Amino acid sequence: MTALSALLLRDMRLAVRVGGGALMGVLFFLIVVTLVPFAVGPDLAQLRRIGPAILWLGALLASLLTLDRLLAADHEDGSLDLILMGGTPLELAVLAKAVAHWVASCLPLVVATPLLGLFLNLEPLAIGAVALTLLAGTPALTCIGLIGAALSVALRRGGLLLPVLVLPLTVPVLIFGVAASNAAVAGPMSFGAPFLILCALSLGSLVLGPFAAAAALRHGLE
Amino acid sequence: MALVGPNGSGKSSLLRLIAGLLRPSAGWIELQGGDAERSVPEQAHYLGHLDALKPSLTVAENLRFWTRYLGEQTAALDEPLAATGLGGLADLPAAYLSAGQRRRLSLARLIAVPRPIWLLDEPTSALDAGGQGRLADLMREHLATGGMLIAATHGPLGIDAGELRLGGAA
Amino acid sequence: MALIDLANPTRFLALAARVLPWLAAATALAFAAGLYLVWFTTPDDYQQGATVKIMFIHVPNAWLAMGVWTVMSIASIGTLVWRHPLADVAAKSAAPLGAAFTFLALVTGSLWGRPMWGTYWVWDARLTSVLVLLLMYLGVIALWRTVDDPSRAGRAAAILTLVGAVNLPVIKFSVDWWNTLHQPASVLRAGGPAIHPAILTPLLVMAIAFVLLFVTLHLAAMRNEILRRRVRSMWLMQAHAAQGA
Repeated sequence: MTALSALLLRDMRLAVRVGGGALMGVLFFLIVVTLVPFAVGPDLAQLRRIGPAILWLGALLASLLTLDRLLAADHEDGSLDLILMGGTPLELAVLAKAVAHWVASCLPLVVATPLLGLFLNLEPLAIGAVALTLLAGTPALTCIGLIGAALSVALRRGGLLLPVLVLPLTVPVLIFGVAASNAAVAGPMSFGAPFLILCALSLGSLVLGPFAAAAALRHGLE
Repeated sequence: MALVGPNGSGKSSLLRLIAGLLRPSAGWIELQGGDAERSVPEQAHYLGHLDALKPSLTVAENLRFWTRYLGEQTAALDEPLAATGLGGLADLPAAYLSAGQRRRLSLARLIAVPRPIWLLDEPTSALDAGGQGRLADLMREHLATGGMLIAATHGPLGIDAGELRLGGAA
Repeated sequence: MALIDLANPTRFLALAARVLPWLAAATALAFAAGLYLVWFTTPDDYQQGATVKIMFIHVPNAWLAMGVWTVMSIASIGTLVWRHPLADVAAKSAAPLGAAFTFLALVTGSLWGRPMWGTYWVWDARLTSVLVLLLMYLGVIALWRTVDDPSRAGRAAAILTLVGAVNLPVIKFSVDWWNTLHQPASVLRAGGPAIHPAILTPLLVMAIAFVLLFVTLHLAAMRNEILRRRVRSMWLMQAHAAQGA
């Protein structure tokens, strides 16, 4: 337990120090959301209609932004070797890293959502729904991304490989996240069903992600 | 035990094999007289070419993280830092350290968390004469307390050690 | 006093220590006078009521949002061309202030717009340009935060600032064009009725107060930055000294 909390604390501390990416994601989120009206036009009624989709897309891209450094940085400076050698199961160690990444990079996105919702002229109810679905859905994004991060470290290829691997896997999360947000505002579906599926996706990837990532890292050793 | 041999003869690979960072394609690694409950890598320290330090964390934060991660809850940090000549630099971000000081900080990890096997890959690189002397003292102390030490090296280690020559014509 | 006299950080610190209390006092006085004029002499607008008074905060902030980028651009030329040792200190400490003024301009603008538009935000050409300006400020700050070594970060940030200065008119023009393309009649007309002197005087006093506030905060921030760099070089010396031991 000490080992895991130490890892968790170290990663969160790194995220807020010089060169850390904690607020980079929020800035990227803000920029993506700002760019959309330039593409689709400033019509407030239209922006309100597609607002939840814009916010979800922005958050999805922003949450992937810092993921490729999640394991690659530790691999490059040798920390990953020592993490592998320690007595802690690798699955739990990568889970601790994923939790730290979520707290440092995804939680700020959720917090920023209400402000960006105002830009898109969303109703308070819609803003609440988007923020709630992001809170429930971003753990899934992080854990799926974790698999991609482990694969790109194992294959020693960084950069663009990660989004190419990960983005197709995030399709269900995007579908149910946006569906739940829209259902809360416009109907005709109920909010509950897609939201519960979203939660299920998050819980499922919370289990699957660390196992797959640890397996990828172990195979990368050979 | 000193591992010697020309470049590419497999010194580093052998150390990584023992550390469990490479998988043997045949055969196995066994430790006699160790803790049966724990695997060989869990009883070993591996000091590779990379320092495993984060430049934005301070010296003390780096060391405290590794001691806690490697299972030592409340290790005192002053003693290992002093033993490696880093006393007084505890609150300095690791980014400001020179290559030799970074090496010493990695060595401090070995002292802070006691483990019976030390796997050292080129431990003397980047160390000045004083640092090498200190390293020899630390290794002697480790051996005196019943520890085991395998070091891949090109130069003299500064201690009496058996030699295993890998590859080459020798 | 010539700029070159200020090249010595120690002399700059001495000057800052002498000037700062006076500047702070002048800022407080200007704000007191400005706020008095705004609250007790300006009439409420016959349409907007008391909300029109937000303008006295909003407009100076919007002016400063652009003014601070100009200050940063001049400082950036100082970094790249004259290699003035304090230029990148000035540029670095101006960035967060500029971002803060831009942010305040946006917040007050959207509060002012709320009763007029019925919503906190419209993609009006002016507001949108200011939002892009805020993003550029945040980009410069992020650049400063990413690199630990101030001299390397300084040159990179100077190039980014100057590219931004060249780009700002282009951005402004394209946003205007984009907006008129979609919305023929903008909500906020640029021309509007001529400004009455009863409003102009308090506005100018408030503008002076905000400029004084910027100068005060900027001097203080530059002093802090110089001290921070001294701490950093002391750390480096400490690491160096320990090396010999």
